[in-house]
Amino acid sequence: MRASFGLKAAAFAALAFLHIPLFIVLFYAFNVEEAAFTFPPPGLTLNWFAVTLQRPDFWRALGLSLQVAIVATAIALVLGTLAAAAVYRTRFFGRETISLLLLLPIALPGIVTGIALRSSIGLFEIPFSFWTIVIGHATFCVVTVYNNALARFRRMSKSLVEASMDLGANSFQTFRYVILPELATALLAGAMLAFALSFDEVIVTTFTAGQQQTLPIWMFAQLTRPRQRPVTNVAAFIVIAITTIPIYLAYRWTSRTTDVH
Amino acid sequence: MQSDYAVRLDRVSRHFGDVRAVDDVTFDIADGEFFTMLGPSGSGKTTCLRLIAGFDQPTSGRVFLHGQDVTGKPPYERDVNTVFQDYALFPHMNVADNIAYGLMIRKVPKPERMRRVREMLDLVQLSGFEQRKPSQLSGGQRQRVALARALINHPRVLLLDEPLGALDLKLRQQMQIELKAIQKKVGITFVFVTHDQEEALTMSDRIAVFNQGKVEQIGTPEEMYEKPATVFVAGFLGTSNLLSGEHARALTGLAGTISIRPEKIRICTADERVAEGLQSARGVVRDVVYLGTHTRYLVELDSGGDLVVIEQNLDSHELPRGQRVTLAWHPEHLRRLA
Repeated sequence: MRASFGLKAAAFAALAFLHIPLFIVLFYAFNVEEAAFTFPPPGLTLNWFAVTLQRPDFWRALGLSLQVAIVATAIALVLGTLAAAAVYRTRFFGRETISLLLLLPIALPGIVTGIALRSSIGLFEIPFSFWTIVIGHATFCVVTVYNNALARFRRMSKSLVEASMDLGANSFQTFRYVILPELATALLAGAMLAFALSFDEVIVTTFTAGQQQTLPIWMFAQLTRPRQRPVTNVAAFIVIAITTIPIYLAYRWTSRTTDVH
Repeated sequence: MQSDYAVRLDRVSRHFGDVRAVDDVTFDIADGEFFTMLGPSGSGKTTCLRLIAGFDQPTSGRVFLHGQDVTGKPPYERDVNTVFQDYALFPHMNVADNIAYGLMIRKVPKPERMRRVREMLDLVQLSGFEQRKPSQLSGGQRQRVALARALINHPRVLLLDEPLGALDLKLRQQMQIELKAIQKKVGITFVFVTHDQEEALTMSDRIAVFNQGKVEQIGTPEEMYEKPATVFVAGFLGTSNLLSGEHARALTGLAGTISIRPEKIRICTADERVAEGLQSARGVVRDVVYLGTHTRYLVELDSGGDLVVIEQNLDSHELPRGQRVTLAWHPEHLRRLA
């Protein structure tokens, strides 16, 4: 069935509504004005890129965000996969409860998770550090891996594991040659999502970060300074580049492997 | 180790809570035999197979393979391979890698792996399919890959768990013949699980009929059909007339249940003479069904009870409903059942 003109127009309008602000952010990274944004911009320059790249606080924030996201994702990969395997393969007391508890951090408002973590960190007198941020992020990153892995486990025929063992493979070999390759695309998708969630997280980070600034918090802080405003646009430009390229590659890769299934 | 059997189950039981899935089962499977475990779903035949494979362990009793006690050992320490009901091919591997899996695990060098994969593909008539993914194969082709993947390891016993269940009738009959031919060629003991009595009769050297976790009877297809030992076997393998109580006593003079196959009974009009050495009974035709190659009669006996009689249509005349008839049979075809 062909879409009517009205439907097409509405679809384009919705897409434009979603994406025009993005283009505005990218466009004003080249603006010559340093405080106020006018349209059309009086001139274009690459100068702000140089300014941003020379600022150590930008590099510190970007580095911290990348490290936190990588470590939180790694933790989520291990814990999420193990939790999914346990919930899928065995029946034990409190299995449903564990499933629910794992999902809770992403269902609860970030502000609740944030306050809860802050109180616990205070209660146990743990100093705020890189690791408190990582733990905060891991709480909601585990879910994304867990959900993806569990869904894939449920689609997997139970006899695959038995077949592997029947053909002489021990548990480790079965995991290495059968389970892991079967889970791979699901884990990749879960990890991408976990990374993206962690990378732009603001609320939980605010409560768990102490004095350190992750990139989103640094950017937010920049908005309150009237000088050098296009620096945030340049940062946004870099963030978009960092996040979309791997997502695009992952998308290409997973869509190619899943059409075989 | 030398022994005269391939598989031995010695008083094996497997209980799941209160359910006795396998209940005190003992039997031997000879080396090179095509042995079928036949029974309705839930009769314990698949559980029995899983106990032999090592996917499950018995609650009590012992499992032996070629003289060696393998009770408690995991599947990868047993010299058996399994063809699964859903084939269980690894979706992310192509056909060649699927078949070579067991050799890869055993670290067989790649050139030999490739050579044996080609041999196997030749055996199951799938040459040229090396690079296909399981999802690109038909049900029958997947079945063959699963078979090749198991046979490439040269197991001494091959276990097959209803491997033809998912195929359509025509393909199933073709695969029955092929499986039997492959078994003869490779000379491996096949342990085959099915609920299809025709399949069991066609392919097996011996059949074990399972019912409610117990083995009812073991024997060659002919023994099982001609001389069923129990009511269950008589009813599960083919159809049979069962008479019990007064009706049985009237025919044999003895108590207990008797069985006689419909095609073993001859039917003729009441005034015809019965040949020497046959037992006979009189009755009235109550129903006649013409079925092309044969006609099926339902005869009510004067002494009570009904018998179904199948008569080959050698002549074109059939007996009408209400006709008085004499039924005759060889005494050996009348079986007393446990």
